[in-house]
Amino acid sequence: MAPRKKTMITVNGLTKTFTLHLRDGIKLPVLADLSLTVRQGDCVVLAGPSGIGKSSLLRCIYANYLPQSGSVKIRHDDKLVELTNATPATVLAIRRTTMGYVSQFLRVVPRVRTLDLVMEPLLALGHGEDEAREKASALLSRLCIPERLWTVPPATFSGGEQQRVNIARSFAFNYPVLLLDEPTAALDVENRQVVVAMINEARKAGAAIAGIFHDKEVREAVGTSEFDLTNHLSNAA
Amino acid sequence: MSTPKSMQSEQQSQASAASGPLMRVQDLSKFYGDIVGCENVSFELNPGEVLGVVGESGSGKTTLLNCVSARLKPTNGTVEYDTRDRGLTDIYKILESERRFLMRTDWGIVYQDAMEGLRPRVTAGANVGERLIALGQRHFGNLRAETVDWFDRIEMDVDRIDDMPKNFSGGMRQRLQIARNLVTKPRLVFMDEPTSGLDVSVQARLLDLIRELVSRMGIACIIVTHDLGVVRLLSDRLMVMQKGAVVEHGLTDQVLDDPQHPYSQLLVSSILPV
Repeated sequence: MAPRKKTMITVNGLTKTFTLHLRDGIKLPVLADLSLTVRQGDCVVLAGPSGIGKSSLLRCIYANYLPQSGSVKIRHDDKLVELTNATPATVLAIRRTTMGYVSQFLRVVPRVRTLDLVMEPLLALGHGEDEAREKASALLSRLCIPERLWTVPPATFSGGEQQRVNIARSFAFNYPVLLLDEPTAALDVENRQVVVAMINEARKAGAAIAGIFHDKEVREAVGTSEFDLTNHLSNAA
Repeated sequence: MSTPKSMQSEQQSQASAASGPLMRVQDLSKFYGDIVGCENVSFELNPGEVLGVVGESGSGKTTLLNCVSARLKPTNGTVEYDTRDRGLTDIYKILESERRFLMRTDWGIVYQDAMEGLRPRVTAGANVGERLIALGQRHFGNLRAETVDWFDRIEMDVDRIDDMPKNFSGGMRQRLQIARNLVTKPRLVFMDEPTSGLDVSVQARLLDLIRELVSRMGIACIIVTHDLGVVRLLSDRLMVMQKGAVVEHGLTDQVLDDPQHPYSQLLVSSILPV
């Protein structure tokens, strides 16, 4: 019998409301009493119309957003760790070795060379310079970033190229938990297929993935199940 | 930016036996007569952690930085630092000479105005090597070699080693000041607006340099700035100050992406798009 797949992400009773103090304290409910579990080898596709809170859910899981109530737990060092009340040091440790996140936009120190940007997460984990360079080069080649661009900072790159640099950064290390916020939005067909293959490889290697994919083809190619937020939000909005 | 070999294996020496906080600040207040400098500030800083402090002018950021870096005695509260021989010790209850020693060896202070942190009457090379002499190093060859190595790290032309700081540009002075502070491999560096006052092109390069050195060497840092872009890129944690009080404190990404306090929301929503 195959070993039981471990739960990597559990979200329980999550409620997120924005209070806009500069707009007379108006309250915007986004997520209400939401629960979700992602196991090893799962790729859960978050679905629902725009504005339903898919990205907000990912950001709550990544601890960028502070939920009003409920719990978010991530398996880190083989223990489920609560994130909603974790210290910044704990969250950063989890992000370093357990949880990767691909956002839609590349946000990095300006004027740093592309190759260095991709090597950076590996160096932070204590990998050697040569090993990191080798791995980063392989990823950039695979994602069809021409070698002549590696020594250039990505500020002048096209949207699709920036997005691929972002993907390379997050796939340089095999994170056990991966959060993907439209990683293929700005990519052409060829590159989309490369990314789809990379996502599937990560999943088969045991990563637990939750992601937003607007492209139906990509959704079908990578998803193992769908989580429709419209079905789970009774009293929001 | 490529990295000199000498930088690679430094992290271990920094991650000594320490498992507790490097610094602990409790209920710190500083009043100037009736005027509040900062009030009831408490926080802990772990080894290798970068803490950003933001807020508008007059919010008490610099007062706080001066209090925790042993340059301004607080009215109330304690500042404890994990000294190498005694563990967490109140820095205002030790001898002045001990405090001086701490500032020379374990700490670094990077001023907004580089000339405040540099000695104007000695050469650039001496500005860097001097701190090593204060640690007891006397071998001229070694001092020179280490200084040259640091010029390389801060991407400064070694030919300029015997020039005076006043003949350097603002960005170069700032890099020199950083080298002067980091050459003793401090465990904690205080920075007061390290990048403001420089033109933007120099800022980006300096930011990258600071980030790289601080993370490679595992140095803990407290950075005071009014530039939210700087803390987004450099700091792990963020404190937002208003009228002397800390109104929000948390993971940098979380404070910037989902600010809770009205003042933090105002700060974040006031960033100009480029």
